[in-house]
Amino acid sequence: MARRTTTARKTGNTVLAWGVGLLIFFPILWTILTSFKTEGDAIAIPPKFLFFHWTLENYVNVNAQSNYLLHFWNSVVISLGSTLIGLAIAIPAAWAMAFVPGRRTKDVLMWMLSTKMMPGVGVLVPIYLMFKTFGLLDTRVGLVMILTLIDLPIIVWMLYTYFKEIPSEILEAARMDGATLRSEILYVLTPMAIPGIASTLLLNVILAWNEAFWTLLLTASKAAPLTAFIASFSAPEGLFYAKLSAASTMAIAPILILGWFSQKQLVRGLTFGAVK
Amino acid sequence: MGKISLRQVTKQFGDVTVIPSLDLEIEDGEFVVFVGPSGCGKSTLLRLIAGLEDVSGGAIEIDGVNATETPPAKRGLAMVFQSYALYPHMSVRKNIAFPLRMAGIDAAEQARRVENAAKVLNLTDYLDRKPGQLSGGQRQRVAIGRAIVREPAAFLFDEPLSNLDAALRVGMRLEITELHHRLKTTMIYVTHDQVEAMTMADKIVVLQAGRIEQVGSPLELYRTPANLFVAGFIGSPRMNFATGAEAARHDAHTIGVRPEHITLSKTEGHWQGTVGVSEHLGSDTFLHVEVAGIGTMTVRADGEVDAHYGDRVFLTPQADKIHRFDAKGIALK
Repeated sequence: MARRTTTARKTGNTVLAWGVGLLIFFPILWTILTSFKTEGDAIAIPPKFLFFHWTLENYVNVNAQSNYLLHFWNSVVISLGSTLIGLAIAIPAAWAMAFVPGRRTKDVLMWMLSTKMMPGVGVLVPIYLMFKTFGLLDTRVGLVMILTLIDLPIIVWMLYTYFKEIPSEILEAARMDGATLRSEILYVLTPMAIPGIASTLLLNVILAWNEAFWTLLLTASKAAPLTAFIASFSAPEGLFYAKLSAASTMAIAPILILGWFSQKQLVRGLTFGAVK
Repeated sequence: MGKISLRQVTKQFGDVTVIPSLDLEIEDGEFVVFVGPSGCGKSTLLRLIAGLEDVSGGAIEIDGVNATETPPAKRGLAMVFQSYALYPHMSVRKNIAFPLRMAGIDAAEQARRVENAAKVLNLTDYLDRKPGQLSGGQRQRVAIGRAIVREPAAFLFDEPLSNLDAALRVGMRLEITELHHRLKTTMIYVTHDQVEAMTMADKIVVLQAGRIEQVGSPLELYRTPANLFVAGFIGSPRMNFATGAEAARHDAHTIGVRPEHITLSKTEGHWQGTVGVSEHLGSDTFLHVEVAGIGTMTVRADGEVDAHYGDRVFLTPQADKIHRFDAKGIALK
């Protein structure tokens, strides 16, 4: 029997869904709105929602005070670089764990995941000292390295889950058909795993783009990505909410746009394997 | 050529021994069926021959050459999997051409061989479709097509029909047998279905717990099973067994009579029993008769037989068709 839904109930659910959606989106909306206010309007009590003096001066000031393009480029290099290197390491690793598991494969996977449970600050001092010794502080190479290492467990796990979904008989069929290991990975495994690899890539670009702890602590100016660019506007001489909001908006805009255009892929990536 | 020899092959997974020690000769051009209940090691044995699993001991020779350490790609064998294992992102044409492409055969020759295979398997109209757009039977034919284009030394089939519905299975069974007559290439076929084994094989290898129970032609196995296991496994419905006094009268520990070797009578006979369930198949009727002191016996009777639940009947085994077994279950001559 089909479940009965009344119109009133449907309307109620719709309103509730929109309400929850807006609640989640509100901080981002407020940041964007604040970025168009004057500093005075930004801290006004009661808060001004839409009726205030709209201005672009914060964007002008932010661009005058700092080099947005440099930070943007750093973010691109760091997030893409760490993700691509991560994938290059993780694809063969996940292949091995999914298709030729050993007795300890499960333990290795758990151990990798366990590194994500440790707070980053726990290893801050040794990593900082290593970076200092090897001259990696405030370099993009250093940041790509640390972000690759931090996100590698997640990349391996995601790919491992996708690869597990591919029936091993298909790879065995390729072997019987005369494919070498290289041909097997290149012509059979990778084309079948492309959706999974794409989702992993997108998700990790976003994770790396938003990573703030290490990027703030290990950079000063040259290699600072957009996270550091935002932070630079919470100055000791006081908080300039409007400018901070303008910087934040500029920092999250690229990733928001990327996320918007790839939402289908992302949703598929996050729910993959749940329904089959 | 496709002569395959297994010499003292063993296989262990960790501490579990799947195949203790096994010797087997498969002649060139033979259709050999490995049959046995699930978990008997028949698929493992096929995978050892294919090279998809490494042997724990012993040697595998293909055409007299030791192939024990040869990777699957270099053994010159083709395999058809139970799940078809087609490449979902490639068209039927590309699927069939894949082994040729891996072998570095030029495009014109690839196209020619794919067309040929498609013609043989009635796939010409489907060459540009993806596997997802095909029915189960068509997918199975693509899998066979992918195997035949390579002109392998032998074909390995791993329960290829078990994912198909009953009607299609009978059709594909005929097609594969037909293909064997045409190609005259060695085929090794794994199944748990004794009907497939009986109808297709030149030679049946009955396996249980990784051991070969008997090797022989379908009729040899049917007529002279070497032991209780083979006697019970080959033939449908199953052979009836009796122990105790009835067996002692034949100087045996156990005797066996096939349902088709028992004569049914309303008036007189060797055993008296009560009819239980009767299964009418049209051409035949299988009667399950409860015989005092022996148990339920299955009788294959005429399709039009007039016997009903609770009827009293008499059964007589054909004297020359009684199989005798000793206490260990080995057939007595």
